[in-house]
Amino acid sequence: MVEALLVSLYVFVLACFVGFEVISKVPQMLHTPLMSGSNAISGITLVGAVVVAGRVESTTSTILAVIAVAFATINVVGGFLVTDRMLQMFRARQEPSK
Amino acid sequence: MNGETGGPLPLFMNAVYLIAASLFILGLKRLSSPKTARGGNTLGAVAMLIAVVVTLLHWEIVSFVWVVVGVVIGAGVGTYLARTVKMTAMPQMVALLNGFGGAASALVAGDEYLRYSAGMFLGYDVQATIMLSVIIGAITFSGSLIAFGKLQELISGRTVVLPGQRLWATALFLGMFGLAAWLVAVPASMPLYVVLNVAALAMGIFFVMPIGGADMPVVISLLNSYSGLAAAMTGFVLKNNVLIIAGALVGASGIILTKIMCDAMNRSLANVLFGAFTGQMMGGGGPAGAVAAKPVRSVSAQDTALLMAYARNVIFVPGYGLAVSQAQHQVREIADVLEGKGVDVKYAVHPVAGRMPGHMNVLLAEANVPYTQLFEMEQINPEFEHTDVAVVIGANDVVNPSARHDKNSPIYGMPILDVDKAQTVVVLKRSMNPGFAGIDNELFYNDNTRMLFGDARKSLLAIIQELKSGA
Repeated sequence: MVEALLVSLYVFVLACFVGFEVISKVPQMLHTPLMSGSNAISGITLVGAVVVAGRVESTTSTILAVIAVAFATINVVGGFLVTDRMLQMFRARQEPSK
Repeated sequence: MNGETGGPLPLFMNAVYLIAASLFILGLKRLSSPKTARGGNTLGAVAMLIAVVVTLLHWEIVSFVWVVVGVVIGAGVGTYLARTVKMTAMPQMVALLNGFGGAASALVAGDEYLRYSAGMFLGYDVQATIMLSVIIGAITFSGSLIAFGKLQELISGRTVVLPGQRLWATALFLGMFGLAAWLVAVPASMPLYVVLNVAALAMGIFFVMPIGGADMPVVISLLNSYSGLAAAMTGFVLKNNVLIIAGALVGASGIILTKIMCDAMNRSLANVLFGAFTGQMMGGGGPAGAVAAKPVRSVSAQDTALLMAYARNVIFVPGYGLAVSQAQHQVREIADVLEGKGVDVKYAVHPVAGRMPGHMNVLLAEANVPYTQLFEMEQINPEFEHTDVAVVIGANDVVNPSARHDKNSPIYGMPILDVDKAQTVVVLKRSMNPGFAGIDNELFYNDNTRMLFGDARKSLLAIIQELKSGA
């Protein structure tokens, strides 16, 4: 049991290092999309919520689980979509429309 | 795989989760350049889809009805929010999404607790991570809602300190962890578990309530980090590596942004979070009388237009005031006319301009300013001394030269944009009232500074008219 926890901790700590490494290279210009995009990734908890909602147990459990699924999905869908909306505005040069 | 709870996930699922986790990392890596960023975000979305779809194969899922109900509601609300939100309201949006993520993590962990509170022993490690997940998730939820309320101006953006707040918060904090420790040891009390939830929610409120509007970038970054950590803790509970990895990535991202924001204000995180508690607030500034005594040179829109039209190069310095008056489109229009006249135009963006990290860049991008003209503080500062005109719009503290030399100034040591080194500085300002932090700005009294008083948008419109009518 302790061993399993330790392995999880390994994964956690190493992932933190990867995160620091990758994200410190993101320029200031893209910090808002980075935030909303990484925010969408934190909606990964949806994976857990889906499992919980799929079990058939007590009513309380189901109600909590459905709320969890809905919240996590708002986080995921809203986060990725709004990030995409922002990023498509970043253009290198103005289009010669005029 | 024989139906025992908490057992290892099937090999296939774990392998797919590994792919998803790798795609998350690759997607974030692509966010380091505006050229690849959009693809990176899509990669992240694909990774999420893969992870969720493979989860549907989980043996514990016996009914899809409630899963579908939740997903349909969430996707509808999420799509609506993402499509309709204004770019100026992006900080609120991110705060809200953070809150939903945190709440979801807390609920999932809570459901695990419900399941086992019937007396089944789960292992101290799992019980402890359930508590952490619930605490962090609930704090993220209530804290984010308060941040949302402040940014949306539903509640006062000023620092709100309740009497005896410090004592309350400390007691709450200690009580919360004491209770959590008790629940790990004796995990069968539902009422106590509810109390823990309430305490964590209250903690989130206590944590964000005292923090003023100008410090919101720090709070949002920190809450972003928390929402990641909550997801990672839920990963510990469910023994699911993709949650742990994705959560850790977001946690790291939030911490980095928090640090960047604090550095840009030359304040420690502790000072931002507890400044209001201990009374070490920024602000105050000099006596108002001293302000009125010094002369300033004001300038008309017409003269400003002339100044710009005959300059070799112009740097715009936008601040939050620009976003408030929605004037980024007018700035862009002026830039277009100037570029047509052969003037070199750039934009200098301070890290804390706006209400969240990088907010100003998004607002300028929305107004079709090409990102090749947007410059960070370190890049642009050496250029000011070779610049003919620097135009400050709605920015104040981030261009205050006393941060460089006046040890008595509350913002001493804060990195600033060196606009005062430009040949001429034009400051667009409503009136001579001091800025958000209430600090007088010596830039306004410099010999090379011209003040263009009035609403930023109206002033800019007047300049556009002048530029187009000849000049």
